[in-house]
Amino acid sequence: MSAVVTEHDDHHEHDHDHGPSKGLLRWLITTNHKDIGTLYLLFALAMFFVGGAMALVIRAELFEPGLQFVQPQFFNSMTTMHALVMVFGAVMPAFVGLANWMIPMMIGAPDMALPRMNNMSFWLLVAGVLMLASTLFMEGGAPASGWTLYPPLVLQTGAALPFAIFSVHLLGISSIMGAINIIATIFNMRAPAMTLMKMPLFVWTWLITAFLLIAIMPVFAGAVTMLLTDRFFGTSFFDAAGGGDPVLYQHIFWFFGHPEVYVMILPTFGVASTIIPVFARKPLFGYSSMVYATAAIAFLSFIVWAHHMFTVGMPIAGELYFMYATMLIAIPTGVKVFNWTATMWKGSMTFETPMLFSIAFVVLFTMGGFTGLMMSVAPSDFQYHDTYFIVAHFHYTLVPASIFILMAAGYFWLPKWTGHMYDEKIGKLHFWLSAISVNILFFPQHFLGLAGMPRRIPDYAVQFADWNMVSSIGAFIFGFSQLLFLWIVVKTIKGGTGEVVTDEVWEDASKHGLEWTLPSPPPYHTFTTPPEIVPTEHF
Amino acid sequence: MSTTAYYIPHKATWPIIGTGGLMLTLAGFANFLNGSSIGSTMMVMGFMTFIVMLAGWFSLQATESESGMYSTQVGISYRMGMMWFIFSEIMFFAVFFGTLWYTRNLSVPWLGGLGDGPGRSSHLLWENFTAQWPTNGPGEIGGEFEPMGAWGLPLLNTLILLTSGVTCTWAHHGLLAQKRDQLIKGLIATVALGFMFVAFQAIEYHEAYTEMGLTLGSGIYGSTFFMLTGFHGFHVCVGAIILSVVLFRSWRGHFKPENHFAFEAAAWYWHFVDVVWLGLFVFVYLL
Amino acid sequence: MKKAKQLIACVILMAMSLESAQAAYDLNLKQGVTQISHDVYDLHMLILWICVFIGIAVFGAMFYSIYYHRKSRGHVASQFHESTKIEILWTIIPTLILVGMAIPATKTMMELNDVQDADMSIKVTGWQWKWEYEYLDTGVHFFSSLDEASNRARQLGSGIDPRSVPHYLLNVDNPLVIPVKKKIRFLFTAADVLHSWWVPDLGWKKDTIPGFINEAWTYVEKPGTYRGQCTELCGKDHGFMPIVVIAMEQVDYDNWVAEQKGLVAETNAAAEKEWSKDELIAKGESVYQNNCASCHMADGAGMAGAFPALSGSKLVNGDINSQIDLVYKGKGMMPAFGQMLSEVDFAAVITYTRNALGNAVGDSVQPSAIKSLKSSAPAQNDDKDEDDKDEGNT
Repeated sequence: MSAVVTEHDDHHEHDHDHGPSKGLLRWLITTNHKDIGTLYLLFALAMFFVGGAMALVIRAELFEPGLQFVQPQFFNSMTTMHALVMVFGAVMPAFVGLANWMIPMMIGAPDMALPRMNNMSFWLLVAGVLMLASTLFMEGGAPASGWTLYPPLVLQTGAALPFAIFSVHLLGISSIMGAINIIATIFNMRAPAMTLMKMPLFVWTWLITAFLLIAIMPVFAGAVTMLLTDRFFGTSFFDAAGGGDPVLYQHIFWFFGHPEVYVMILPTFGVASTIIPVFARKPLFGYSSMVYATAAIAFLSFIVWAHHMFTVGMPIAGELYFMYATMLIAIPTGVKVFNWTATMWKGSMTFETPMLFSIAFVVLFTMGGFTGLMMSVAPSDFQYHDTYFIVAHFHYTLVPASIFILMAAGYFWLPKWTGHMYDEKIGKLHFWLSAISVNILFFPQHFLGLAGMPRRIPDYAVQFADWNMVSSIGAFIFGFSQLLFLWIVVKTIKGGTGEVVTDEVWEDASKHGLEWTLPSPPPYHTFTTPPEIVPTEHF
Repeated sequence: MSTTAYYIPHKATWPIIGTGGLMLTLAGFANFLNGSSIGSTMMVMGFMTFIVMLAGWFSLQATESESGMYSTQVGISYRMGMMWFIFSEIMFFAVFFGTLWYTRNLSVPWLGGLGDGPGRSSHLLWENFTAQWPTNGPGEIGGEFEPMGAWGLPLLNTLILLTSGVTCTWAHHGLLAQKRDQLIKGLIATVALGFMFVAFQAIEYHEAYTEMGLTLGSGIYGSTFFMLTGFHGFHVCVGAIILSVVLFRSWRGHFKPENHFAFEAAAWYWHFVDVVWLGLFVFVYLL
Repeated sequence: MKKAKQLIACVILMAMSLESAQAAYDLNLKQGVTQISHDVYDLHMLILWICVFIGIAVFGAMFYSIYYHRKSRGHVASQFHESTKIEILWTIIPTLILVGMAIPATKTMMELNDVQDADMSIKVTGWQWKWEYEYLDTGVHFFSSLDEASNRARQLGSGIDPRSVPHYLLNVDNPLVIPVKKKIRFLFTAADVLHSWWVPDLGWKKDTIPGFINEAWTYVEKPGTYRGQCTELCGKDHGFMPIVVIAMEQVDYDNWVAEQKGLVAETNAAAEKEWSKDELIAKGESVYQNNCASCHMADGAGMAGAFPALSGSKLVNGDINSQIDLVYKGKGMMPAFGQMLSEVDFAAVITYTRNALGNAVGDSVQPSAIKSLKSSAPAQNDDKDEDDKDEGNT
């Protein structure tokens, strides 16, 4: 009953030596969900700094009107690569890393359902990002058409084009494999007592995210495949002369792209719903409505894509339909925000770093949601579209939302992962620096957009100078503050503050999740037999 | 095998080899498209690595399965994996069906001055163009061509694929009823029909290119026609190869009525390919 | 948190003070100069206020709870975690608010879409990186690109302070001129990649799609100069293709049209005449600097890895017809200049590159040769006669 069946590559004997291989090889061939989770998280952190450096190139150039540092073409490559690296290299992998680490621990499983494929999905991610990064050094430069890769502009890319397209294919295969694995794990590996409606919300949100990923990554792959054939094999998908339409690409892209942004935000919701109850010392308010709201958001994400394209010239019926459908998203999203507020209401709150980041997330994400609501109104969007207003909007929903929650997750679970406590003082310093500078960075961009500054321009008219300077100052403070996080992570892995970390880590945390019943750090193989109890928080 | 004990494989080397192979293949293809001379060599090397990986990984799985290492739970994980993989494939084909729908119902009529939105005046750019299907667009890209009819080879191919679906199921019944002879005969028939389909498809393409002036470059009709049928044909090839492997394993005495995931996966995949073809036959050839 | 709260307070204050103090600091959307732009502004303000109101309620509750329900104040946690009633309530109220928003939004959307009964039509074509304007009723036709002062100042390390340039990056050589109090229909298309035509004061933007025509309309109340920019990433110089619209009284507009027609005649005459090589080279230099130097550099050295050098280039020093062909049709990132340049400018710049920038081929091409090339290539230019003046301009 208690045996874990294991095997080694070459011989098939039952083996009870569960330790990892030694040295570098361990990481190349590991099938352990914690090892792979760690790889994902560290890779994401590295890419966060690479993408961040690109953002700083952008903000340095925009510090003052006039061109000071880079040529416009390189500037465009930077905006394009910044987005691609952040989306596919940092945020998505970071959440997959969290899923790998936490889902088996949260549902009482020994590992992911398909461990070998798990290894492959990580290394395919690395391969894809490497291939993408290699385009920076190619003749004609990296793709400079924006992360959306709109034709016909993207077809003017030089040698980088096929590499960028194939990197999308690799990233797509990696994401699909990862998502399949997560679905199989959640459906098939839960401890017997862990019924679906007892699962932690992080698991729920990831389950739904995984469905989104499987549905959309092939769509993106198909779209870029058509770019490839249009450029190299003479097809006319996006060429009016042959009967195609450049706008068709946009429809396909955003059919992928809109759910894609929810791929980055739904797990964020899940982590926030995990952290807030712990520090409010109160069960999550409206658990089941949270689950339904997540599902509703996921469903709506498939039928609203063309709100990214209000100005492309659709028939009026299309404009109106997409406007109404988009407005609906506000309802389930609102329910979530209200539920988080109600969870805090009459709690007994303390404000450790993870909680601070989570509260900042609720507030600042809601502000991003507000601007989203404003843009759902098609006639107003005719003014906002492709200005800094939307840059401000989606950065509010990604940086002080997804990124902040990733930080929160880091602080929340690092003691569990490493068995060491992080330095709370520096953690708080990191939070306050980030929370203040992120607003200095992005809030003025609302003003810039409304005043008429288009996005993706390397230089601007002088009336935009003041707010751009403010924004750039915020960007540099924000960027350099993140080095504190790097320092904390390294120090915590090496031993942290020396404080003894209990299994629970946080006061009464074991009421809130199975992972807090395990030792800190947890053993290499978590549950060798299914645990029989689950926390009964919700009932 | 007890259902409550967990199964955990360790230290897999095939995934990293496969990743390397796939990356080398794609980097090679990209270099090839850019006209670089090392491209094709890289591609061949990468693809060979990839094939070695597939062979190695799958034979490892087969051996493990036959030695009874997989619990029911593992079997369920594999089935879920295959199911969702097929779902992702459905979404991939959906893109091209969607493209066909969009061009036929929106962009081509707009170019011909029909409908609301861009249809109100786009025809001013293409004065002599009348919206119709099939078309190679107002620029008559790729020159004159003859569209592919439905009632010759395509109909025959439909019958072939449908029959192969039946033989595949017949083989499955054989497997379940321990009739190994029926299993092997059914699989041989399925594989043979699969490759026959591919051969007819090749003949059809040859005719299109040499006699009908219909190529991948024949405007939007050529693009959608070859993209849809091409990707489908590729999937038929893959499916037939998978079934060949299953056939080979059946010969070696693999699979039991209660443990034959590989057979099921191959059969599901084959039925998926079958259904996609029905969609193609209706939307690409017939309508 | 505090910071965020302050910022929210800040926005509210700004929103309130805006109507009076718009000139000093542009913080809010422009009200614009058309009925539509006012409608859009009202919609914008309506929804902004709804958001502010909801924000105050939600964040108010949250901050109240953060202050009073904290452990350090000894607050003991309640354990409630469900209330179907309240869940239903906060689903229904937002739904009603949304319906309230959708009604005026739909109305404005319908108005924006109504391009019928226009007094005149202008076809706008986006090019990398300039705008082409074609007055369909009068045959006036020209290109509009970034003015020279901005263009000089915006080069990397130009040493020119952008603040010293009037309307830096928002000024063009040939502005679009329209009459006031006329319903003007715009037909948008593009020649190469996607662009988007946006003048904030008119209240909308519209993408230009190669091979398709999008429509929009405007009705400007008062004369003035209204500036905007391309808002769809269109390559290297996306940030450098501004739009300037000058709205005039009808009389001034009529005079302007007559003047433009004179210019057309002049250009046509110039294309007929025989030019000497030196004249072409002299003319070619300024054409080169305005159209080619931003990629191939002022001295023709190009940019390694991105834009080929023209000095010593095989193509420039080879057969003149293949050079003309490439410049005419474009290739990859190189725009097709065939329709963009006048015959004279085209011939001049070809001749210039072959006899300057370190090249000395010695030959030249006449504008008349380019003219015959143009008439044989499929062009969508106005081939209207000079006689049907003033028609449709009433």
